[in-house]
Amino acid sequence: MKLITHNMLTSKCMKGVTVGYPLKIQAVDVKTTEVDFNPEFISRLIPKVDWNVLCSAAESIGYLEDLPKEVTENYENNVDFLKKAHRVLLEIDIINGELICPETGRKFPINNGIPNMLLNEDEV
Amino acid sequence: MWPCMKLRHLQELLQQIDGFDNPKVHLEQYITPPHLASHMLHTIQTHYGDIDGKLIADLGSGCGGLTLGLAALNAGLVIGFEVDQTAVEICHSNINDQAFSNIDIVQCDLTSNSFLSRWFKQFDTVIMNPPFGTKHNAGIDMDFLQKGFALSHNTIYSLHKTSTRAHVLKVAKSNCVKAEVLAQLRYDLPSSYKFHKKTSVDIEVDFFRFQILNNS
Ligand SMILES: C[S@@+](CC[C@H](N)C(=O)[O-])C[C@H]1O[C@@H](n2cnc3c(N)ncnc32)[C@H](O)[C@@H]1O
Repeated sequence: MKLITHNMLTSKCMKGVTVGYPLKIQAVDVKTTEVDFNPEFISRLIPKVDWNVLCSAAESIGYLEDLPKEVTENYENNVDFLKKAHRVLLEIDIINGELICPETGRKFPINNGIPNMLLNEDEV
Repeated sequence: MWPCMKLRHLQELLQQIDGFDNPKVHLEQYITPPHLASHMLHTIQTHYGDIDGKLIADLGSGCGGLTLGLAALNAGLVIGFEVDQTAVEICHSNINDQAFSNIDIVQCDLTSNSFLSRWFKQFDTVIMNPPFGTKHNAGIDMDFLQKGFALSHNTIYSLHKTSTRAHVLKVAKSNCVKAEVLAQLRYDLPSSYKFHKKTSVDIEVDFFRFQILNNS
């Protein structure tokens, strides 16, 4: 699971959960994979991302590296910034671990890099 | 015309991926036949440029019959949503075999209410070969389509039984989405799909393109 995906997932659909965001990450196994760098694509991703959540997620699994804490102005033309964003959004892959609902503590397992967001009937 | 990998190469790649071992009838699990999947994806890229460099969702991604093709055509990122554990595992091994890194898979039930809300209107393109709703799950195809409309800010591509065309057009219209049938296909459900008594059954399927209208 990439951090862009983490940035989008919530547990809001669960009974009794009001925000359900961001999900905490308990990472057991993290790897990095090279992904082709497409500056135009990354520029279009950045406005969709909650940057603070991205930074804390990266930090919590020890991969913050030198990611700026804030989105740089005119990032579209800042290749250095786009490369750092690219790395954190797409190249860090959580292989095994758990996502944890911030309100209920419900755990969603991540196996083979795939988060399992299925709920039991009594949870919705 | 937009640049694109050769149709033949795409089809060869899709022929290599593993399908469902024991397809679950109630989930309508069958892989989109490679010749069909490759033609669909090739059209989406060459005519409309809706794959290369785009953020794409594949609803009911199964073993990756469409997801892997999207990745091969240089999607910026494909996110596949799939409910079934076995399908997700086969898809994972297909992704590893082909060494794609522009794919993420999320296991979830697309009919249940939505932890996807932050993704609404974020995807450039949504693609699906949905369950047709013929196995005691009537309406699931329209459920998938509505999810597609919610997730995409631009286009949605989908397959629907030709017999439901009028209904699909009506649903699109009531959602202020422009609908167009790009092709009418003959789809033979493979013999592995044991529910059917005959070795294969031909059904008529429409390949739809939907465009979200901005003034909606
Ligand atoms: C016709 S298959 C298409 C598979 C794959 N996209 C392909 O084209 O080869 C439909 C897929 O939808 C999945 N599915 C069925 N119901 C679902 C649900 N409620 N949520 C998510 N996926 C579902 C099935 O498990 C199956 O993999």
